[in-house]
Amino acid sequence: MTAEQIIIAVSALGGVIGGMGMGGGTLLIPLLTLCAGLEQHLAQAINLMAFIPMSLIALAIHKKNGYVCFKHAAPVSAVALVGAIGGSFAARYAGGYQLKACFGAFLIALGIVQAFKIIKAAVDKKKAAAVARAKNAEISEVSVER
Amino acid sequence: MFYGYIPILRSKFLPPAVLRQDVRLRLFFPKIDKTIYVKDSTRKAITYGGGALVGAISGFFGGGGGMLCVPLLEFSGLDVKRAHATALLVILPICIVSTVVYVLNGYFDFAAVVCAMIGVSFGGAAGAALLDKLGGTAVGLIFAALMIAIGVKLLIP
Repeated sequence: MTAEQIIIAVSALGGVIGGMGMGGGTLLIPLLTLCAGLEQHLAQAINLMAFIPMSLIALAIHKKNGYVCFKHAAPVSAVALVGAIGGSFAARYAGGYQLKACFGAFLIALGIVQAFKIIKAAVDKKKAAAVARAKNAEISEVSVER
Repeated sequence: MFYGYIPILRSKFLPPAVLRQDVRLRLFFPKIDKTIYVKDSTRKAITYGGGALVGAISGFFGGGGGMLCVPLLEFSGLDVKRAHATALLVILPICIVSTVVYVLNGYFDFAAVVCAMIGVSFGGAAGAALLDKLGGTAVGLIFAALMIAIGVKLLIP
């Protein structure tokens, strides 16, 4: 396979994971560096660029459904923009290895958060099912009494 | 009786409309019973400080800010679904600005970007379509484990 084909295959895999809303698309960066051999900074730039069209589409859908809250987004967004400019320039001055190692630590933290979230969602779902079952049982008992 | 109940943070001076939805930090805390009131200044400090952190991390690592943004927006009074949608609105301008800075710093390779875009668009569509079939607990946990494993691999030189 040529380098281009490897990049296409790897980013398709990253897209599948991102499209499922897992890993936040972050997995694309290590896939690009480890499998396709791209430089860390370039992989990060590609991840940022790939996110823009995807999030535009998702945002349009969410806005149509009325889930986007501008009032809450505005203060966070304003401060975050300043932080983003600072962070992007900081990334330039961090060497490839330091950036990779920091990214590794960040990825571990994200993975742990992700695992917690999924386990919590599963437990909540089970509880909701148990409550629903109990309610159904109650209803059937009442109807039997009648 | 106090077992398993973990306090939540709630602002003293929030408007009633916001107060009605519980403002809570509940990323890891499934059972919430008690309320702690925080000053308005504390709430502002968390919102702005968290926002700056989200931006800095997104810019530095080229992504991943969304996962931090959702709990932050939940703290500021949004429910889970709205927090997820609104996080996109926060992340999108960050992404555009960071991309501009990265490109200005010379991190751009036309062929690689085009190839990655093709792959990501097809993969993203496939992922969204497969979500119902594959989006179970087990698959999610496998991805989380994969993230941790890759993180460890990156840490080791």
